[in-house]
Amino acid sequence: MKWIAAALFAAMLALLPSFAGDFYINLASQIVIAAIFALSLNLLVGFGGMTSLGHASFLGVAAYISALLTSRYGFGHGPAAIVSIVGTTAMAAVFGIIALRASGLGFLMITLALSQVLWGLAYRMSNVTNGDNGIAGLTRPMPFGISLDSAASFYWFALAVGSVAFLMMTTFVSSSFGSSLTGVRDQPRRMAALGFNPWMIRWITFIYAGFWGGVSGLLYVYYNKYIHPTSLSTTSSAEALLGVIAGGSGTLTGPAVGATLVLLLKNYASAYVERWNMLLGLVFLFIVLVMPTGIVPGLSKLLNRRGGPR
Amino acid sequence: MTSAEPTYALEISNLKKTFGGLVVTQDVSLAIRPGERRLIIGPNGAGKTTLFNQITGDMRPTSGQVRLFGVNVTQLAPYQRAHLGLSRTYQIITLFDRDTLEHNVTLGLLGLRSSRWQMWRPLSHYDDLSIEARRILDAIGLLHLASHPVSDIAYGEKRRVELAMALAQKPRVLLLDEPLAGLSNAERATVKQLITAIPRETAVVMIEHDMDTALDLAETVTLLNYGRVIVDGERDAVVADPRTREVYLGV
Repeated sequence: MKWIAAALFAAMLALLPSFAGDFYINLASQIVIAAIFALSLNLLVGFGGMTSLGHASFLGVAAYISALLTSRYGFGHGPAAIVSIVGTTAMAAVFGIIALRASGLGFLMITLALSQVLWGLAYRMSNVTNGDNGIAGLTRPMPFGISLDSAASFYWFALAVGSVAFLMMTTFVSSSFGSSLTGVRDQPRRMAALGFNPWMIRWITFIYAGFWGGVSGLLYVYYNKYIHPTSLSTTSSAEALLGVIAGGSGTLTGPAVGATLVLLLKNYASAYVERWNMLLGLVFLFIVLVMPTGIVPGLSKLLNRRGGPR
Repeated sequence: MTSAEPTYALEISNLKKTFGGLVVTQDVSLAIRPGERRLIIGPNGAGKTTLFNQITGDMRPTSGQVRLFGVNVTQLAPYQRAHLGLSRTYQIITLFDRDTLEHNVTLGLLGLRSSRWQMWRPLSHYDDLSIEARRILDAIGLLHLASHPVSDIAYGEKRRVELAMALAQKPRVLLLDEPLAGLSNAERATVKQLITAIPRETAVVMIEHDMDTALDLAETVTLLNYGRVIVDGERDAVVADPRTREVYLGV
């Protein structure tokens, strides 16, 4: 039953361009990108118990590296993508060493501070980043010579990357390393006494989350063909965090659901309601009051209750 | 290990720990032979758990040394000491509430295996871990609850899972911090049997207040008070010592 539903959903996703217009296809592409980003943040927040408010660093830096290399230094998309992902992952390794000196609120503040530094640099180093004007006139890559300029082709490309990302992150959390990670989240002292190295487990997860944050950043810049310092802002980090919490942190599908919700409100509702932020706030309040653990755990609890009143 | 087996499994020398002006461990020296059964007694606040925390590395001593099988581990992290054969249980139950009993014991097994770093294969595909975890649960009489989350089981059963997680590691030195705390008489008897059944390769150091049960399990006893070793030696000698009566037994 569950598998049939999943298969139907996958088929619907794959066939979306055949029944939806360009507006909705583009919206779907943005949702896929936001979902990858939220899933990577969920590795930290949900499975690692490390609440970060600076995850946009990885999205933004990957996007900026790719944008700069292709537009200014004449790199092809392939090499630029590799440099961008390797660079972002290396940055995550360094940021992890700094941020993991603390935990809890301290960790959150350090991630926030580091991302603010990058945001400030993107704004102020205008000779490199073009400052507030952003970098425009970018192109999309052509993997295997296929143009990604149409809404449908880009959507399929994003969906393919998104599926791989989802599978790999799911595998990651259900592996024995994933069990070590949730163990360290719940009982770090006990885990250390059992022979696990809590710091190393957290650090590796931080790097892995940074890697996928970078991948979502590449897709982000390919989609928009433009990059602006706001992609590095706290708002960008906070929106993703909101999605993770609203959807259900520490669940496999929750962050994707949450990211979808945030994006729909942002892009769709903003056409009808001017103050969409207020609407987002109200929806978030509703979720916290009614389903404090998030949409996905909340709904599955509801379904179980209706399924078998024993 | 090496050809010459060290004389002592656990050796503590001149251990001292202060928090500001408060001295919680004063010049404590202990030596525990491989396979020994040692009971540590003392009134509340005598510094027993603090001593355990310094042995495991959760707390760094102000001065002094901790040696495991001749290796100076004073500067090592808790997880490194675990890999040298040290394992412990907690006075306050420290389990993974949302996970099943089997998963809890599996974590105990995984901690010392290199497969704990493996990121591709689902944990559920490791049949050897599952079989071993269920064998251990069977040994503590909780196999029928293997797939229940820890939050579902009774307090006395949780105490046994505490023990099972530590035993899963086949430690060479096992620290038990009040393994009988809060148990009924029947449960005490069960846990006592489990402790008696611990293989003789393992040295057991136990903090316990229930003297009736604990003294039966011990060969040697150390009495701590105000962070200081008051009496140390063979069980009967320590029990008979007038200082023990004065400090602890209150006779």
